[in-house]
This record gives sequence, structure tokens and C-alpha cells, in this order.
Amino acid sequence: MSDELVRFADWISPVPPVEREVVSRLVEGQSEQPPLLFVAGPGLGAWAFAERWLGHAASRGFPSYALTPRDHGDLRAHVHDVVQVAASLPRQAVLIGHGTGALVVTQALGRYPAKGAVLAAPVLSTWGTIGTALRTNPFGTIPAVFGGRLRLNRRQLFSAALPVEEADRYLARMTSERPLRPPRKTMAPRTRLAPSKRLAPRIRPVGDPPVLVIGSPDDRVVSRKSLEKAATSYGGAPLLFPGMGHDLMLDAGWAEPIDAILDWLTKELSATSQ
Amino acid sequence: MQDTPDIADRRDAVCVIGAGASGLATIKNLREHGFAVDCYERETSVGGAWNWRHDRSPVYAATHLISSRPVTEFPDFPMPDSWPDYPHHSQVLSYLERYAKHFGLVEQIWFGTEVVSAVPVGDGRWDVTTRSTGGGASRGQRYAAGIAANGHNWSPAKPEIPGEFRGELIHSAQYKDPAQLRNRKVLVIGGGNTGCDIAVEAAQQATTVWHSTRRGYWYAPKYVLGRPADQVNDRLLRWRLPLRLRQWLYRRTLAMTTGDLTRFGVPVPDHRPYESHPIVNSQLPYYLGHGRIRPVPDVTRFADGKVELSDGRRIDPDLVITATGYVPRFEFLAPELLDTEPDGRPDLHLHAFARKHPTLAVVGLLQPDAGLLPLAHWQSVAVARWLRLRHEDPVRAAAVQQKESARPIRSWSRRRVLPTRRHWFEVDHLDYLRTLVSLLREMEPAQ
Repeated sequence: MSDELVRFADWISPVPPVEREVVSRLVEGQSEQPPLLFVAGPGLGAWAFAERWLGHAASRGFPSYALTPRDHGDLRAHVHDVVQVAASLPRQAVLIGHGTGALVVTQALGRYPAKGAVLAAPVLSTWGTIGTALRTNPFGTIPAVFGGRLRLNRRQLFSAALPVEEADRYLARMTSERPLRPPRKTMAPRTRLAPSKRLAPRIRPVGDPPVLVIGSPDDRVVSRKSLEKAATSYGGAPLLFPGMGHDLMLDAGWAEPIDAILDWLTKELSATSQ
Repeated sequence: MQDTPDIADRRDAVCVIGAGASGLATIKNLREHGFAVDCYERETSVGGAWNWRHDRSPVYAATHLISSRPVTEFPDFPMPDSWPDYPHHSQVLSYLERYAKHFGLVEQIWFGTEVVSAVPVGDGRWDVTTRSTGGGASRGQRYAAGIAANGHNWSPAKPEIPGEFRGELIHSAQYKDPAQLRNRKVLVIGGGNTGCDIAVEAAQQATTVWHSTRRGYWYAPKYVLGRPADQVNDRLLRWRLPLRLRQWLYRRTLAMTTGDLTRFGVPVPDHRPYESHPIVNSQLPYYLGHGRIRPVPDVTRFADGKVELSDGRRIDPDLVITATGYVPRFEFLAPELLDTEPDGRPDLHLHAFARKHPTLAVVGLLQPDAGLLPLAHWQSVAVARWLRLRHEDPVRAAAVQQKESARPIRSWSRRRVLPTRRHWFEVDHLDYLRTLVSLLREMEPAQ
């Protein structure tokens, strides 16, 4: 609570601004639906959402935006970028994070009263993901355990149903990045108090938005158990899409999860509006 | 508005008075806590003091933030990070307009409507009488609570200077444009941020500039050590440096840059650094050093159409601008509702909560040593959480009230400042926020 009000880090050393890449697919005329802001983890960019989900969400009436994470920068910088873009949108936005982008969204929810949030295949804890990733792709994962770069392979990210050429085309666009770490200085006191496996402290979302967790039981990066844990911490159960890989927005069958997200949003938002 | 205006009883709805920065944050946070809100705004647009189109707006063409952007923005809606460290008032207005639009607040505001009176009717409810600013019939509605966010920088405090003045005499509220100063002999009265800003502008426009201050002040630069000064100050606070050490550092920093301003004729400050509201102006020492601003003592009277100073000297300006601040006014509330003292100073718990009326609060009535918006935001969160708790758990609410009402002012405002009207609502932003942290914790919703 004290950190919510007394924000020394932001007052003393504001995150240095960067040019941000935001890709959008807008809706003609006045939209009744809130804007959606898709947030990718490092390694992916806005392009991954622009491929399928952005256009689809826009066709269903949701003005859609996707943010490319900045090069380098710690978790705080990524959270800063998400909040900056969200606040620049014309109306209160729904934040949708994928992978490590979902971790960024969980932190951004403490800094911006989102209309709602979706955590897709969220990478929230070290062992829940690295453990799973180690089993399927030890050589790509081991360096990341020691703070190096994480390499994910086709089998982890996509299902067999996705044509190999398409999968390779996507893989070629991905960059390997070091996993996001919370800035040592600001997070240290808390991690010392609670040496948990979480990558960042659980932050209470401001404005109490509805939060949905989605993922695949066959995801080879995020285990089903950690999906369930994530959903429980927001008071729900995960929405599962069996057969899909980690990159839900690119994999064959991409329409199913995004349609489920939009259906859920429509239901939640009609329930909360007076 | 979605509700029919004919129904006088608005049940659990809360009435917010004013759609400036504090009012907007109050609407948003009340709605986030599940309240229906009717906000009344006498002007036809949002922004309050920051909207230069408003009659009562105190801003002038060159008004920029005194505190830097990161310590001034709302904590849950940052200003664009591409903006300058000290944004212009028009940027602040566009920020508030975007805030209102982003959170759909405009739909809750009745523009061009002023609140004539708010009267308690027992069981915590309020009868609010409103009237169209253009005149016309008044209307009464009943609310569960009333929150005043009507600002405190709009009713000019004009000094009484005896005698007749030959030239033009205006309050800084009427100063809008540097053209008013061009090629004139100007006397600026007042050493606050506005007085210093206008003196600096006059130094660039007028033929002669006198700057009259009653006492010496500590004029802080906008930048030290390569950063906005308030960010450096917060670093010292984070390191928990004791006040005495911070005061010493403050003196050292000034000594190493602008130096002792008394060599230009400015009086010696009669107080230590941090014992008055911060006055931040890098250009004042510059123009003092260029001889463009001539410091003079207090004005005693007008004589023979001229201005007589306390040292007996007479000066002959064409234009006198009194930058002597503003007084808080709550015309729509009987003075006893806010425990207003005879001198006009309301006595409120945390400068926010009415002591005898649990459903009456004031948001934004603070003079912090940092930006006001974050404090107003958390004040309104505390008000919303308080009203929610009172609604849902009256027993716990009573316990909180009992505990809070016993807190003396000293427990949440330790800051030692000059005992002047200027400092009625002066708070240390850190102390104040920490006090709100403990209050918010007490009112934490049950899980």
C-alpha cells in the first residue's frame, strides 16, 4: 500500500522515454466497445498480434492496438510503456498480455485502472515456466536460467496443425531476448521479505477490473498448473484451448481464443455498466 | 444524463462540486467505488483553474508547472512522457480533458450549473440547491454525500493599501498577457510563485520593474544537479536525511549557484529553507543580477498618486500588480459545517473531512511541496473508501471515525512553516501520503 502512494522510483528516476511502436486496427465510426491493448513479451512484437488477432477484434467492433516492447529495459520500463500507451488511448482500455507480456500487464494493472485484463499463456513465475521449458527444450532454456537469452523452438510455440513453413516464418521474425527481470533496486526489499518464485510481486489491480486467464494445457512453456495458479490468484479458472501451442495468437486455431476473449469481455462489460 | 432530473431524491448518489482536476479525480474514484455521481460545474467545460477560458482561472499566458511532471501527474493516468519536465498550462488542460474523456466522466457533469447551497438534512444526507449559471429557476436534489472540489485559487486576496493611486492597480488574477506589461513601469507585489513569474516577465517587457516583498524568501532553481529540483529533493527524502541536513544542503546548493541574493537588495529570509511554501524560479536571480528587477520593501500606502514604501521611498509605477494570492471560499456551505474559524480558515481533518459531518468532504484544499494532483487523487480515494465503508460496515466505520477524530493536526502535519494565511493548508507531500496510507489501510475493504 505504501508503495502505491509513495512512489520514489517514479519521482526520483522516471523511466527514460523511448519511441514506441504501436500498431492499430480501428473501427469505422463511433465504437461502443472499449479499446484493446495487446502486449507482447520481449522477443515478439506488435506484428504477432497484427497477423491475426488485431484485425479480427476490430471486425468485431473493438478498436485494437498492439505495443512492441522496447529493446532492453527492465520490467519497470515495460510497465511504464504499457501504462503510457493505455493512457494515450481515447477511452479506458482492456489490457491483453501474452507470455511475459502478461507479467507486464499484471504490474501495469497496479498503475492504470484498466477496463478489464486478459492474461494469455502468462509467464508469471520462474519455475512454472522454466521447468516446463527445460523439459521440452533444455538447450534453449538453460542460458535463461542464468539470466541469458531464452530460445524457444517450434514445438513449444506452435501445434502440429500449423504448417511448418508458416511456423518457420514466424520463428524467423522472433528475436531471442533475456527474460524480463524486475529492477533490483526497487523490488529488492519485497523479494527479501518473501522469497517467492514469482518474477514480480503480486500487485492488486486498481479499480478492480475483471481479469481472465487463458492458455493451453498443451503449452510447452507455461504449465497447466501455473495457468491454474494464475487464474486462482485473480479469483477464477483458466479458459483452456487444448491442442494449441504457447503462441495462441499465431497458432492454427487462433480464432478460438480471441473469440472467447471478446465474448467474455462483452459479457463482463455489460454486467458492470450501469 | 441517464437519470430523469425530475426526481429530487438521488438516493445513494454523491454530489461533487466542481469539475477541475480535484473534482474530476473525485468523480472517477467515486465511480470506481460503485457510486453514482452528479457533478455540478459553473463553467461550460472541465479543467477548473487550468482552463484559461474560465472567468475564475488564475493562469496567465506563460504559466508552467512549478513542480515537475512525474510528481504532478495523477498516479493512475500519467502525462505523456514525451512532454517537457515542466509542462505549459495548456498541456495541463489538455491532460485534464483527456482524463475526463478517457474515464467517461463528462457524462456525470452538469455544466453551466452552480451550487447555491448544500444543507444537511439529518442521517448524513444533503439537500443541494443548484441553479443555471445564466440565471433561472433553482432546483433541489437530495444526495447521500457532498464533496466540495471547488478549488481555492479563484477568489483573489486583495491587500488593502490606503490612499489613492494614479495608475492602474490589478490583482494577478487579472494578469493574463505580457502585453499588459510592455513599455510600462511595473510594480509587482508578492514574493510567491506568481509574483516571481510576473516580475520575471515584466523584466522582459516593462521599462522598469520593482518587486516588493514583505520578507526575504528562498528562491529555488527549477534544476539542480542536472535534474528537476523537486526530484532531487525527493531523493533526499528517500534517503531519510534529517531536516537540518537538508536545510544545510539547500543553503550550500544555493551558495554554489546563485549565491546570496541580499547583495542585490533582497531582504534576508526570516525563516529557514523548507519553512515556507517552495518558491521555484530560476530566472528571478538572473534578472536581479541584470538589474532588470529592483527589489523593494513592503508597500505602506499610496500618496500623491504614487507608491510609498516602508523605507519611506516613493516610486511612481504605471501599473501595480498585487500577486497576493487567493482565499478559500465555500459560499454554498454555512461556515460552521466546515468548522470555519473567524478568519475564514476551515478546520478539517486532513484538510479534507468535515469534523461533524461524516458525509461532507473537501478535495484538493492543500498546498503541498510537490504536485497537488496525486494528493487530490488519494484524498478522493480515501473519501470514496470512507463512504463505501460507512455504507457497508457502519460498525467498522464508527471505529475508524472515532480513531481518526482523536488525531491531532500535529500527527499528520509536522511541517514547520511561517504562520501566515499562505500556509494554512501547507503539507509535506510525503507525510501527507503516509498518513493517507494508514487511513486507507484502516478502511481496507473486507476480502
